[in-house]
Amino acid sequence: MERLIDQELEELNKDILKMGALAEEAIYKSIEALKNREKDIAKSVIDNDMNIDKLELEIDEKCIDLIARYQPVAGDLRFITTGMKINAELERIADIAVDIAQRTLEIADKPLLKPLIDIPKLAAVAQNMVKTSIDAFVKGDIALAKKVMLSDSEADQLRNTIQRELIEDYMVKDSATAPRAVQLLLIARFLERICDHTTNIAEDVIYMVQAEVVRHHPEKLK
Amino acid sequence: MAKIITKNLNLWYFGFHALKKINSSFEANRITAIIGPSGCGKSTLLRVFNRMNDLIEGVRTEGEVLADGENILGQKTDLVALRKKIGMVFQRPNPFPLSIYENIVFGEKIHADGITRDKLDEIVKRSLEDVLLWDELKDRLNQPALRLSLEQKQRLCIARLIAVKPDVLLMDEPCSTLDPQGTQRVEELMRELKNKYTIIIVTHNMQQAARVSDDTGFMLLGELIEFGKTQEIFTAPRDKRTEDYITGRYG
Repeated sequence: MERLIDQELEELNKDILKMGALAEEAIYKSIEALKNREKDIAKSVIDNDMNIDKLELEIDEKCIDLIARYQPVAGDLRFITTGMKINAELERIADIAVDIAQRTLEIADKPLLKPLIDIPKLAAVAQNMVKTSIDAFVKGDIALAKKVMLSDSEADQLRNTIQRELIEDYMVKDSATAPRAVQLLLIARFLERICDHTTNIAEDVIYMVQAEVVRHHPEKLK
Repeated sequence: MAKIITKNLNLWYFGFHALKKINSSFEANRITAIIGPSGCGKSTLLRVFNRMNDLIEGVRTEGEVLADGENILGQKTDLVALRKKIGMVFQRPNPFPLSIYENIVFGEKIHADGITRDKLDEIVKRSLEDVLLWDELKDRLNQPALRLSLEQKQRLCIARLIAVKPDVLLMDEPCSTLDPQGTQRVEELMRELKNKYTIIIVTHNMQQAARVSDDTGFMLLGELIEFGKTQEIFTAPRDKRTEDYITGRYG
């Protein structure tokens, strides 16, 4: 039976999907800008963040409005509250893409410290985790959510490899490389943070679908 | 501690099977809400608890209803004593066409012959205090109860019940005729009362069930589909039929 709220929930779903696509695009562009030393692309990521912030507020407002007007319960309530939390996570992810773009602007005019191999790899992992976590939300798919959570260790490992290499092979050996190496270290750290946010999204999806809180309870995932 | 327990309770109105194998446990000093669509049997279940269905022709029950461990469905049950112990508040407040004072002492006069005026005064004060009406009405106890507002009448009816010192208060849609403010005040009163009584409320208003109750039971077509903590029923019901009903998909 079609209910009054159904169409509005569908719209909310679409908006969150759009928010996810924007966040994903922001990460992709920020890494493209870094790899190709394209300052214009980096600037476009920073400029576009305004639109993402605007959409975040709109989604928040829509969720509050739905709660006030429909007093949702059960699955509807879990969908809306999860939507609100995921919205906030995506906005943070987009902010981190801005951080990456800003670091890129810092180093874009300087010679590249080293060929970038692991950072684009980590960026691809992060981007894929964002995409998969949003898919998990939109489809209400627990298996996808769990896949996201399992990818987090891969992200951590890549971040550690990048960190070790930058510190041991560059900063320790030649302190003159430190200013550029620090920027890359930060970028690796930012990408790993994005992955952490997607893990939060995945945990929220699991709550939405099966009403089970797995956040801070890793044993429940086994 | 369970105040009322039903075991395999079945009830028929002639050939119509209105309650089907109800197994439930209503805890003391808690508010339990029974929700479900019209005709699901929720009011029938409520009326089993003080044998009000006995007044309806063609009713037959099977199974057990234990109140403090005693089966109340037996032939030997003293119905006057039972209804004193397990009282009911109805949808529409129904004070007697008597004074406020007389309404409250009415039951006590039946149950305790030859009671003194001082004792009755004390009961009136205590009962009105319990329903938070004493300050409002103490100076006009001899006025007709029918002149009170709907909400005051409903609270007076609750006071009338409390006067005979029941254990359990059954409430059948007690706020359905009240405006939002009146509803809010009766709900606040229920919260106060649960410290002393066990309350079972039947309501169509799901938000009310979610707001006031500790436990909730969902009934459908004579069956108790799901029974549990209100918080769980309204955030994560286990049965799809419960989910469909509380989210408005039923029908």
